[in-house]
Formats: sequence, C-alpha cells, structure tokens
Amino acid sequence: MAAAAKAGEATLRHAFGNVLSFFILLLIGVLAFSIRLFSVIKYESVIHEFDPYFNYRVTQFLTKNGIYDFWNWFDDRTWYPLGRVIGGTVYPGLTLTAGTIWWLLNSLNIPLSVETVCVFTAPIFSAFASWATYLLTKEVKGAGAGLTAAALLAMVPSYISRSVAGSYDNEAVAIFALIITFYLYIKTLNTGSLFYATLNAIAYFYMVCSWGGYTFIINLIPMHVLLCIVTGRYSSRLYIAYAPLVVLGTLLAALVPVVGFNAVMTSEHFASFLVFIILHVVALVYYIKGILSPKMFKVAVTLVVSVGLVVCCAVIAILVALVASSPTKGWSGRSLSLLDPTYASKYIPIIASVSEHQPPTWPSYFMDINVLAFLVPAGIIACFLPLSDASSFVVLYIVTSVYFSGVMVRLMLVFAPAACIMSGIALSQAFDVFTRSIKFQLLRILGFSEADAGDGSSANVVPENDAVKVDKSEETIKERPSRKNKKKEKEQMEKAQAEKTSAKSKTEKRLLVLPMELSVIGLLLLVFMGAFYVVHCVWAAAEAYSAPSIVLTSYTHEGLHVFDDFREAYAWLRHNTEVDDKVASWWDYGYQTTAMANRTVIVDNNTWNNTHIATVGTAMSSPEKAAWEIFNSLDVKYVLVVFGGLVGYPSDDINKFLWMVRIGGGVFPHIKEPDYLRDGQYRIDSQATPTMLNCLMYKLSYYRFVETDGKGFDRVRRTEIGKKYFKLTHFEEVFTTHHWMVRIYKLKPSKNRIRGKMKKSKSRTSTPSSKRSGSRKKNPWQ
Amino acid sequence: MLSLTIILIPIFLFISGASSHQIRINNAERRIDLSTHIVKVFLTLKVENTGKTSASEILLAFPPTQVDHLAFLEALAATGKKKKKTYVSLAVKPTQLPDAPNETNYYTIVLANPLNTGETATLEILYILTHSLEPFPVEISQSESQLVYYRDSALILSPYHIKQQTTFIKIPSNKVESFTRVEPTDRAGNELKYGPYEDRPPYSYSPLLVHFENNNPFSVVEELVREVEISHWGNLQITEQYKLAHAGARHKGIFSRVDYQSKPAFSGVSSFKHLLARLPPRVHSVYYRDEIGNISTSHLRADSWKISELEIEPRYPLFGGWRATFVIGYGLPLEDFLFESSDGRRYLNFTFGCPLVETVVDKLTIKVVLPEGAKGPSAVVPFPVEQRLETKYSYLDVVGRTVVVLEKKNVVPVHNIPFQLYYTFKPIFMLAEPLMLASAFFLFFTACVAYLHVDLSIRK
Repeated sequence: MAAAAKAGEATLRHAFGNVLSFFILLLIGVLAFSIRLFSVIKYESVIHEFDPYFNYRVTQFLTKNGIYDFWNWFDDRTWYPLGRVIGGTVYPGLTLTAGTIWWLLNSLNIPLSVETVCVFTAPIFSAFASWATYLLTKEVKGAGAGLTAAALLAMVPSYISRSVAGSYDNEAVAIFALIITFYLYIKTLNTGSLFYATLNAIAYFYMVCSWGGYTFIINLIPMHVLLCIVTGRYSSRLYIAYAPLVVLGTLLAALVPVVGFNAVMTSEHFASFLVFIILHVVALVYYIKGILSPKMFKVAVTLVVSVGLVVCCAVIAILVALVASSPTKGWSGRSLSLLDPTYASKYIPIIASVSEHQPPTWPSYFMDINVLAFLVPAGIIACFLPLSDASSFVVLYIVTSVYFSGVMVRLMLVFAPAACIMSGIALSQAFDVFTRSIKFQLLRILGFSEADAGDGSSANVVPENDAVKVDKSEETIKERPSRKNKKKEKEQMEKAQAEKTSAKSKTEKRLLVLPMELSVIGLLLLVFMGAFYVVHCVWAAAEAYSAPSIVLTSYTHEGLHVFDDFREAYAWLRHNTEVDDKVASWWDYGYQTTAMANRTVIVDNNTWNNTHIATVGTAMSSPEKAAWEIFNSLDVKYVLVVFGGLVGYPSDDINKFLWMVRIGGGVFPHIKEPDYLRDGQYRIDSQATPTMLNCLMYKLSYYRFVETDGKGFDRVRRTEIGKKYFKLTHFEEVFTTHHWMVRIYKLKPSKNRIRGKMKKSKSRTSTPSSKRSGSRKKNPWQ
Repeated sequence: MLSLTIILIPIFLFISGASSHQIRINNAERRIDLSTHIVKVFLTLKVENTGKTSASEILLAFPPTQVDHLAFLEALAATGKKKKKTYVSLAVKPTQLPDAPNETNYYTIVLANPLNTGETATLEILYILTHSLEPFPVEISQSESQLVYYRDSALILSPYHIKQQTTFIKIPSNKVESFTRVEPTDRAGNELKYGPYEDRPPYSYSPLLVHFENNNPFSVVEELVREVEISHWGNLQITEQYKLAHAGARHKGIFSRVDYQSKPAFSGVSSFKHLLARLPPRVHSVYYRDEIGNISTSHLRADSWKISELEIEPRYPLFGGWRATFVIGYGLPLEDFLFESSDGRRYLNFTFGCPLVETVVDKLTIKVVLPEGAKGPSAVVPFPVEQRLETKYSYLDVVGRTVVVLEKKNVVPVHNIPFQLYYTFKPIFMLAEPLMLASAFFLFFTACVAYLHVDLSIRK
C-alpha cells in the first residue's frame, strides 16, 4: 500500500516535471523567436544584407515556377555573359524549407507573401534549434542541463547575429540541422537503435542540403568514432551509430546537386571513409576475438597485422598519389584556409577580402558568447565526471569548434552551440551542487530540531532528496511493467542512464557538500552572471545585430534620420532602365541588384569566377578610357558605385578599392598595387598617386563632390580629396541618391569617328578588343 | 507645319436632321483651364428652340481626338433668376449619328423639361480632358522647364448655329511661347481670350494651338488597383497598388544631385517628389511600401472628424518619363462605411476614384472583397463602369469570398464620389472560421489524448 502510494506520488511528480519541462521548452521557443524580432520592430520586415537577397530571389523563383524548374534554373541575370546554373550550385535546404512553409500556408489559404515567410524562417528555426539543443544536452547530461543549454542557445548573440528576422541565410536552418544531427548521433550511440541511425542519416541529408558546413559533421563524427575506438570504448552501438550514417549519409549527400560526386571525391570526406574501414576492422577483430581462443587470437593478430600493414601502405600510397595529382590537393580553398589560417590571405584574395572570413579578435569572443566563455572550461570538467560516449563527443565538438572559430569569424556560429551546451552542463551541475548542499545543510539543521517529531518521515526524506534523479528514474522503471511499454530501447537507455546517474550521485554525495554560506553566495553569483548574460544578449539583439544594413539610421538632435539610399537606387534602376540593361558594380552589390533592381549584373556575391571579378576590378582601377572599353566589351550600360564620403558611411567602394586592385592585379598584371599607394599608404588626398587619382573608381566616387561643400571633404577618410575638379568623358551621371551613397553612371555611346582616325585606332586596339567583340557576338544572351 | 498635325474639320453647311435646324445657340462661353495637366472646360450655352416642335435633347459635338481623352462630362440646367439660381443635373449619354462629319462624336443631353418653341434654356457643361497637353520639346534636360502644346478649336464645335461665342484659356504662368491668333484674340496676363465671334454656322472649326510653360506635376497613375476588404468584425482594409509615372516631357541626359539639391529653383522644376493623398477620417494602421520594403518618407496628418492627409514621397524624385510603383494600405472603422438598407440588405458606401490629389488614373480597378458567405452583390455606381465577379481565398476560407470588380478607364479627381454595393450577409458566417479553428484544435488534443491512452504495440 505504502509503496503503491509512493509510486503514485512519484508518477505524479514525474508527470509534473514533464509538463513543467514542456512549458519551459515552449517558453524557450517563444524567447528564441521573439528576441529575434527586434529587427522587425525597430526597422521593418525586410530581407537583410547581401546573401539573403539571393536566397529570397531563389525562393521566389521556386514558389513561382515549381521544383523542377528550380533544379534546371539557368540564371541569365547574373555573371553576364556567362550566367549561372542556380539549381546545381546552391545549397537548396533553406530555399526548399521556406518554399515548403509558404506552400503549406497557402494551401491552408493563409495569404502570406514569400517575403514574410523568408523573413520569419530564421527565428522559427532558432526555436527549433534550441529545442534540438535541449534534446542533445539531455542525452549528454540530463534534462536540467538540457533546459539550461536550450535557454542559453535561444539567446546566444553569435547565433542571433545570423538568425534575426530577415537574415534569411543558410546558417539559419543549418545550425538546427547541425544540432539535430548530433543529437540523433548521440541518441543512436546511447540506444543502439537503427531507427535513430536512419533518422540521423536523414538529418545529415538535411544538413548537406542546407550548408557547406556539413563537412564539419562528416569529419567530427569520424573523429569521435576513432576516439572511442582508441580509448577502447568500441561497442555495437558505436557501429550502428556510425556505419549507417556513412553509407546512407553519403548516398543521400550525393543526391544534392551542389555536392554530387564531391561526396566521394574530395578530401573533406576521406576521413569518414577511412574511419569506416577502421571501424569494420575493429568490429572484425572483436568478432574474431569472441570466437577464437586467446592463443589463437594472438597468432591471428600477428598474421593480420603484418598482412594488413602491407595492404594499408599500398592503399594509402594510392590515395596520396590520387590526392597529390589534383592541383589543390583535393581540398577546396575555403577548407584549406580552415586548416592553414594564412592560406587564404596568401593565395586567394577573394576569400580574404570578405570580412567574415577573417580570424576573430578577442573582444568578438566576448561579444558573441559573453559569459559562456568562462563557463565552457567548467562544462568540460563536468563532462569528464564521468566520461561517457556522449560527453566525450561534446568535448570533442567544443575543442574542434574552438579551433575553427579561431580561424574564421563566421565559424563562431558552429562554436556557439557547443559553448551553450557546455555552459548549460556547467551551470546545471553547479546549481545541482549548490542546491544540494543547501538542502543538505538545511536538513541537517532541521533534522536536528525535528528528530523527535517524525523520525520515519525525515529518514525517508533524506535519501530521496539526496538523489532525486535516481529516485525518479528508478521509480519509473519499477512501475514500468504495469504500464504499457512502447519502446524497449528507451527503457534500456533509461536504465543505463539511471545506473550512470546513480554512480555519479554516489560520488557526488561523498564529494560535494559545500558550506551553506558558500553555496548561497555561489548561487547568487551564478544568478547574477545569468542576468548579465541575458542583459547582454538582449542588448546585442536589439542594438548590434538587428540592423538590416540596407537601411541605415542615425540619431541626431532632430531625431531619427533614415538613410534609405540603397533601395532608392535599386528602385530607380528597376523602374527607369531597360529590362535587359547590364549593371556593373563591385561584387558585393550583385545579389542586391539582381533581387531588388531586377537587372543583369556582371559579378555577384557568389564569387565562383575569379577572372570575371578581376575584370571588373581592373575596370574600376583603370583610367576612364580603358575602363570604358572593358565595360563596353561586357555590354555594360550602367556602372554603380557606393560612396560614403558625404555622410560618413565607412564600408563604401573607396575603402574596398584596394581589394579590387589586388584581385584585378592577380589576373591582369598591368594593375600593380604599389601604383595606388604612396609610401605604402592608401590615401586619396593631394598626396595620392596619379594612378589613384585617375582611376575610374576615384572619378566616379568624387565626380562633382567638391560642389557640395566647396572643399571636397571626405567624411570617411577625414581628409580633403586630392583631385577636385575634373570632367568625365566616357561616363555620365544618371542618378545619385539623396545622401550620395549610391551613384549610377551611364556609359556614353561611342562617338562617331572620322574615317582616318578610325583606321588608326582600329590598328592600335585590334588585339584586345577584337577578341572581345568576337566573344560578344557569340554571346547567346543578347 | 502645325496645320498638318491638326485635324481640320471642314465646315459643313448642309446638315440634315431636324434637331440641328430647330435649335440655335444664342450665346456660348467657354472657359478652358490649363493650369494643371487635367484640362477642365466649362461651357455655358444659352440655347433657344427656333423650330416648330418642342425639343427634348441637345447635342454636344467633340472631335475624335478629344473624345478619347474625355474623362468626365456633366451637364447642369440652370433655372431661375440670378440670385436664386438652382441647378438640375441632366442625363448625358453618348450618341452616334449616321451622318457625323469627320468622325465627330456626340453626346446627348436630355433636358428635364422639353424646350418648347421659342423658349430658351441655360446649360452649364463641365467636361474634363486628360492627356491633352503635349510636351514640346518632347525631351528636356534637368535645367529646362517644361513647355506644352494645347490644341483645340477657337470656335466651339457644335451641330448648331452659334450666334455669339467667346473662349477664355487660363494658363498657369505668364510664359507663353506662342499662340494662334484668330482675331479678335487678346492676351491679358495668364489668360487668353478668343472672340467674341458672331454667327458661326454649324461645325465651324478653327484650329488653335497654345504653346506655354506648365511645370505642374504631370502625375499619372497608369494602373491603380484598390482592394477593399470588408470584415464584419469591424474593419475595412484597403490596399492600393499604384503604378505612377511622370507623363510630362521626358528627362534626357544627366541627373545631377548637386544641381537638384543646391538650385531647386532652376533644376528639375517640372519634376515632383511629393504627392498628397486624401484618406477618409479615422484612418488607422497606414503603411506605404513597395516591392522591396517600406518607404520611410511619408507623413500622416490623421484626424478623427475630417479628411486625413497622407503626404508621400516616392523613393526618388520623378522626372519626366520616370516611373515608380508603391502600395498604400490602411484600415478604416467599418461603421463609417457599412450600413443596412431598409430591405435588410447591407450596403457599403465607399468613395470611387483615386485618393491622390490632382492625379489622372488611366485604369482604375476597385475590388471589393465581401466576407465569406455574402450573397447577391449589386453595385450602384453613378457613372458607367465595367463590372465582374471573382472569387478570392483568404485566411482559412473554404468556399472563397466573392469579389466585386469595378473597372474604369481615365479616372480624374471628380470621380471621387461614393458608390454603393449591396449584398446580403448572415452574421452566423462570422463564426465559421473561429469554430473551424476551435474544432481543429479540439481534434488535435483528442488525437493526443487518444494516442497516449491507446496501446498499439504488438508485444506486451
């Protein structure tokens, strides 16, 4: 009777805990969603920055034309005259996700626009990601740590920076896919269930669809498997967790057009195959060990090792030869720059010119993960007490992601979930220890006073409180046979977990009883730290990361001032130029021009053709006439430059100009960087070099600039410009936005030439231009 | 050269038909207002019946070039003496005459009381022409001002004999490049006076050309779609999609922001950057955006009892030939616009036309989205419009909402008068969607409960 009552009470408490967890998770989801809405509230519901505009445009195409047209989409509005096969060169995960959401809503007759769906995809998936974090951390260290980690992830600034409403980028869904893949891997590892292994492969497929960062998964999981094998933790569960993932995952990955045969051909994936072989060898060894006597086994080992070594050497030699024969050693440029941080800046200026590919600074760590940076070491320690398969995976995850985040700012995003998981574990364990100590101390105090009052009950309470978790899970197991059981493996897992936790709590019981005062202070400090984290995250979400970057605002004494010049220019292009006109600009503005202005561009943010970008860079760094010829050969009608000198907008084309020179000079050697620098310094004032003052970029940026204030004072460079009065001979200004941030020039048509003169110029420019005009004639998009 | 481009309608002296013989116009005064790009013509006719029988119809003649641009025509009959003048609106309908010279088009004014022999009547006629000012030169640069041609006839085209007639032309400024002289012609400031001309036979025509400066904004909405969505929960949601263009002289060559900002008096005088929209009182949740996001340059002066004014700026100033598209949306309280008629039907009383001030709309489409379950829609519009029905699916609709589409070409501000749309609606339909949602959630929870309590496993 008493036992039944107790069981009932425990069930009730269990149910209550579940309901509480459910509501906490729901609130965490709401928090993750709503903290990302600052951008909508402060600005507007609009797509942000550069890449999201491309994704938005692709989504529009998908929703308008359907999936089959999408796979076959050849985009002739970009990379003129080459074009780009969109269907085969994008990671389609994000687009398909948003397209599916849109289709679902519209089939329910909820008339949301594609833009609205795109804007809110990232916040929705942040909520999903925090739930996935809960699941992952729960597998590692229990529900408490899971909830804490989920709450931390819901508002970690690093992730917010990539997933505010409107930031419609691959990373928004990829982080969710990453975490859910890891969770399913751990889940399979803990249960040994093929069901989860299959789910894991599907989650991995979704990740491959979503982001190029899937290579991180396909390298990290083999590393963990290898670690498990080396530390002697091989089990059949490990085999089930890994082998189906490699086989199914690789097959599925090869289905994604952008990956295709890369899934088996590039070095990024070789580690997984190598570990796959090793795993099989180890499995075989364990199997043979099971059926042979120890003596026979030793003989077999020596035999196999000697033969195996030879075979291995041969295979490795072939592999090395294969890899070495490819020019990049089978590694793509971005991956190489991950392994060797100095690689990109040495060899690929186009990768190095992107700010998010630079190594981060120390303040950016504090900015992006804040107090988590201090909690991570504690979390790592907690993971070693005791070390399980799951916790060793998390440790490995954080160690590798710390390294990668140190190479590239952008990969801070991969590091953030790991930091959240670790901090969640650390916080949860710390709270556990502190509250248990307080409870213990309190009970000791109360226990002395109440010793006579109810000895039975208090004696009952103490062990129960000492190991609440153990008690709970044991209770559930005890009364399981009476209830229906659906999942056998779940029970086993919980049993295993219960054993684990009971072992853990036993050690804790011995170790961790802190003095009352210390515990209270420690708790207060932790709460204080958490509060600081929340304040920082909200600040970061509201102030630092919510600006859409196509609309700028500034606060003056008159109030809010809005700089909406980019859209002004794009809207002008959209409505007042011919549909087939080609617009040349630096590649940063390519995606926005195609999406917002709907005009054909020469280069865009998908920097797949270095030569083409170098051509535009060369044109920008050439004098007017040479630039006109280059642009004319590319059939360009309008040239767009971004100029911040009037209002002090620092990321304008003049500040990016050295990259144009470098990239241009990398392909066309007559452009030399030293020509643009005076004593190694980049300047645009009267000390600047004549090459600089005569190049197209300078002229287009500062044309008639001196007439605004009479001096030509550039507010970004904080200096007066070098050459103030000049005329344009081959270009004419057709539009300049209200704050001069975007200036659009039109190529003047070539003049009628006198017969004698024409002959002369023809003979002079025959070699470069005839080739180009020939290619122009062949051009199929005219 | 000019005479080549003008359609000359020769004078026809022998016109058959009874009506033209028995009616004579004793005095005609025409005032043409050219101050904006919408040409307003006020015509006062004193007609006399000189025939034997009574006449009930008066004909108005328009040359074919004008009739294409004719946006609005209204005739009033003035009765009573000077101080106690009252006006009665008369029916006007287009008419085809079999023997119309040179494709002359006619409108028939149906008099309220037939005009007996020897009686006279005074008719006040207002007609509005759009796209009738032709920019010349066709392309201007940023520093030039815009000059336009206006073509008409110095003599009023009429199938009747006109005893005496005068035409006044009002011009926005003193700058007139040239004007045709048909003596007696006089110019005083910004007004040209042609006439008086005495005793002109029917179908007299004398080409008239005025070349003058007009820097008023030539704002033309090429297409406007207004969607009015009625929600019986108390809101009227209006979404207006504009395709705006500057229909004046095309901009040519460079656009210099320096000149535009530093010398506003000399640079881009014919361009415009503001537009004013008059919205109904108690307007709320106004937005102004285009396909790439919100446009931040707008001001709303909302008022609870009088017209709200929304001042909007397109993203960039509009020069000749430049275009812009945008969307204005707002909500209105339903009780101001939806009423119940005596026969139990409901009717929406809403303004036709475009809220933008001094703007021509080439094609206006009004879509009234009735709530789901509304039946028997019928629209009452005071002028001819094309009507059709559509179906639209909106939030959680099952059968779809009836959409009444009203289409009209060439709409000018005088068309901003209310129209009525009658329909029947049972209030029970308002509950359909909430009930549907509630039952869906109920089913979901039931399914959850069922799932948790049903054991589907094969093994125990």
